[in-house]
Amino acid sequence: MGKETKELLVLEDILGSNKKIASSIRKKLTENGILAINLLSAPGSGKTSLLEKIGQKLKNKHKIGVIEGDIETERDADRIRKAGLPAWQITTHGACHLEAKMLAQIFDQIPADLDFLFIENVGNLVCPASFDLGESLRIVLVSTPEGDDKPKKYPEAFITSQVLVLTKCDLLPYLPFDTDRVIKEALEINPHLKVFKTSATSGEGLDELGAFLEAELKQRRSQHA
Amino acid sequence: MHELSLVADLFTIIEEQASRAGAKRVTKVSVSVGELAGVVPELFRSAFQSYKKGTIADKARLQLKMVKIKFKCRNCGHELTTRNIMDESFSYVCPACGSKDMELIAGRDLYLEKLEIET
Repeated sequence: MGKETKELLVLEDILGSNKKIASSIRKKLTENGILAINLLSAPGSGKTSLLEKIGQKLKNKHKIGVIEGDIETERDADRIRKAGLPAWQITTHGACHLEAKMLAQIFDQIPADLDFLFIENVGNLVCPASFDLGESLRIVLVSTPEGDDKPKKYPEAFITSQVLVLTKCDLLPYLPFDTDRVIKEALEINPHLKVFKTSATSGEGLDELGAFLEAELKQRRSQHA
Repeated sequence: MHELSLVADLFTIIEEQASRAGAKRVTKVSVSVGELAGVVPELFRSAFQSYKKGTIADKARLQLKMVKIKFKCRNCGHELTTRNIMDESFSYVCPACGSKDMELIAGRDLYLEKLEIET
């Protein structure tokens, strides 16, 4: 019995199954008029603190939900709930990023009448950038203590985001952080980035960011009306 | 480090394709990796080696083809290919017209290109 060797042309996207699930999530969210926002940053750059504060600003006028992605523990979801917002925790048990299928598993728990759905990704500026979650807006955060050299070191996160939020700007007087350098580098990589300078402690920039998100929600709803 | 979950998705495609083609064995797997796909080739290889055990691709060789990063200028249409986006000297400015509005058009993908199978 002779065996035959042959070549099989496949050309299939290995990230295709994630992209397919992400598209179906995006379709459902868009139909329901929900603005989903994926937050990417290194651990400790202040994603949860920003969400606590921005959530409190928006919750009087809007219905908000937060998905928390972490490797282990419900700590972040607990913090968000303490801030008076509904939160769903996804624990990835070791995985360094969220994938669309993880969202799909909890998707039926998400109320269809939300205005904003924030998705806090696992703290990591590398891997989450490769995985579409079905969001309409991607925000990358850089905190001032991290240093001002991040954009060109982690280009994918900046290329695939629409918004750059600088956090912990209240610490600027104490740090050798060059705000202009970060913004310049980030805009060289992605000239369409919208930039906000914020501090969850002093409240700087939160009104502007909140107003921007409200305008995005309004604009996207009118597009899909 | 998400190479293992990518390799798991790769094997879903391999097994589907191999069974559709009536393969007894997969002997070679060719994957193209964008330089900006967030994949470390060495980690992808070692994930492949440990994942393949007991599958139809048990003895398969993995061939990785790196795909360069390509930008297209939204202003003049000029295309710029590079490997060294991480290089300090790399500039995101169109060398033809000076526009800063460059769109990334290649280098983020991860594709299973082809399989070599025994039938």
